[in-house]
Amino acid sequence: MKENILISLKDIAVEFEDGHRVLKGINLDIHDEEFVTFLGPSGCGKTTTLRIIGGFAEPTEGDIFFDGKKINGVPPHKRNINTVFQRYALFPHLNVFDNVAFGLSVKKMDKKLIARKVKEMLELVNLSGFENRNINQLSGGQQQRVAIARALVNEPKVLLLDEPLGALDLKLRKDMQTELMRIQKSLKITFIYVTHDQEEALTMSDRVVVMKDGQILQIGTPQDIYNEPVNAFVADFIGESNIIDGVMYEDYEVEFAGQAFKCVDKGFAPNERVDVVIRPEDIIVGDYETSPISGVVESVVFKGVHYEITVDAHGYKWLIHSTLSQEVGALIGMNVKPFDIHIMKKMEVR
Amino acid sequence: MKKHKILSNAYTALVMAFLYAPIIVLMIFSFNDSKSRNTWSGFTLRWYQDLFHDEEIIQALMLTLVVAVVSAVFATLLGTAAAIGLNKMNKRLRSVFMTLNYLPMVNPDIITGVSLMLLFTYLRLKFGVTTLILAHITFSVPYVVLNVMPKLRSMDKHIYEAALDLGCSPLTAYFKVVIPEIMPGIMSGFLMALTFSMDDFVVSYFVNGSSSQTLPLVVYSQTRRRVTPKINALSTIIFIVVLGILVINNIYSARKEQQLLAGNRAKKEGH
Repeated sequence: MKENILISLKDIAVEFEDGHRVLKGINLDIHDEEFVTFLGPSGCGKTTTLRIIGGFAEPTEGDIFFDGKKINGVPPHKRNINTVFQRYALFPHLNVFDNVAFGLSVKKMDKKLIARKVKEMLELVNLSGFENRNINQLSGGQQQRVAIARALVNEPKVLLLDEPLGALDLKLRKDMQTELMRIQKSLKITFIYVTHDQEEALTMSDRVVVMKDGQILQIGTPQDIYNEPVNAFVADFIGESNIIDGVMYEDYEVEFAGQAFKCVDKGFAPNERVDVVIRPEDIIVGDYETSPISGVVESVVFKGVHYEITVDAHGYKWLIHSTLSQEVGALIGMNVKPFDIHIMKKMEVR
Repeated sequence: MKKHKILSNAYTALVMAFLYAPIIVLMIFSFNDSKSRNTWSGFTLRWYQDLFHDEEIIQALMLTLVVAVVSAVFATLLGTAAAIGLNKMNKRLRSVFMTLNYLPMVNPDIITGVSLMLLFTYLRLKFGVTTLILAHITFSVPYVVLNVMPKLRSMDKHIYEAALDLGCSPLTAYFKVVIPEIMPGIMSGFLMALTFSMDDFVVSYFVNGSSSQTLPLVVYSQTRRRVTPKINALSTIIFIVVLGILVINNIYSARKEQQLLAGNRAKKEGH
């Protein structure tokens, strides 16, 4: 990732004909050679943002800059950007070679040069020897690779990927994630990736942009987003969380579940109502008599690395990830370290 | 159980006989060595010889083919362009225009024929090949639209965008990607236009010129005098040609389907 800004979105808003506002003022700078992921639930505007960058949609308001130049109204074929579409959008009437060669032959490049570049690109995506296959003879994963090769052979500055792994099974998805990261690092180009899968976003990106209802909620590294979510929505969307109503007595002191806790947050009004977010893996299981919170174990599910334990404490169902199992029906105690208590302002929108 | 089988087979045979008996009778009597329409008097190819020496029929056949090909080509171009345009419209406008497209198809031929005749008279066009072709284009276009539209609707929209993304201007994207993709629809639209044009009697009746008679018109005027077995011979040839086209078309689509199945099997076998 470099320092210079390659793409810049300024106050981008999009309103559909029916008056529905899909984007409400997006501001975002994307650096050269960066891997950025737009993450959010369906309908949050992430794909629309991608389409604006690709030139397939025009913003109703706001400007988009590429390498410092305003590119509003520039059609897709005149942008140095290529796209890997959801469901690949390969050309079914062409074979693998002609699909990958498509962009170069449109530019009327020399045939020998095209053949060499296509060969190199198929090697990069591990599809050497598939040149003469028909598209309908390929598996989903192979089609995916052809789509990536077809876009990358044009040597774009930016590659847009619209939920490219959505149609693949879990194992294949993991492999492709690693592969995409390898390709991005070796070609040194900017990847802008759209997904609703938080794990995918955390694994692959330099920076994650969390979106909801046409707005950006948080921009940050995967670590920032996971450890310091700005609100309960982000916390809940990025991994599982316990979100409890609380009251901030004063700086560094919060009350929830009928108990006062020390915490590391400050800057709230006295007695302000807040959301308290605690990760399931941060809850320490202990003796019920000495722990601040106690409850009854409702269910225990084995998840491989850990057990997922649900505990009912005064009506709230706590989710705990622990390497130790518990008896269903047992009375147990729970505690949290001050550092693991995340205090968030109550969300205006929900 | 067995009785049921016999009954159902008999029923099928009856339906088939009902459908094909007239044609078979016609074919048999095209080889009959007399003008009689009910007594067999020996095998001959005389009527076929006569047919190929009948200038009027040969000319009408040539004209029919010219009109059919020219009108089908133009109707296919216009219909495909129209379908692409309609597909880009918003839902409400599209349904309005699709209804307008359906209307000429359900409209009785005789009304289409008379109205075209009146229009051409009003425009002072000379009745002849030109008016025939114009009329045939008019009634063929809706069928082309009807054949192309579903292909466009079922096509992955992103394919067009992918072509733009890879450097095509909108026009080249259509020629390089969209047209090949909807080609089966265009072809079946073309074939339909071709057959409707060759088949047409009513509309042609109103818009032909005295020196430009299509085959159906000539056959009609000849049968009005007296049905000669020449007409049997002609009908037999037409029937065989149509049958041939149908068989080729079926073999072609069966092959396509097999290819697709083979593709799916290859897909399942390995990543």
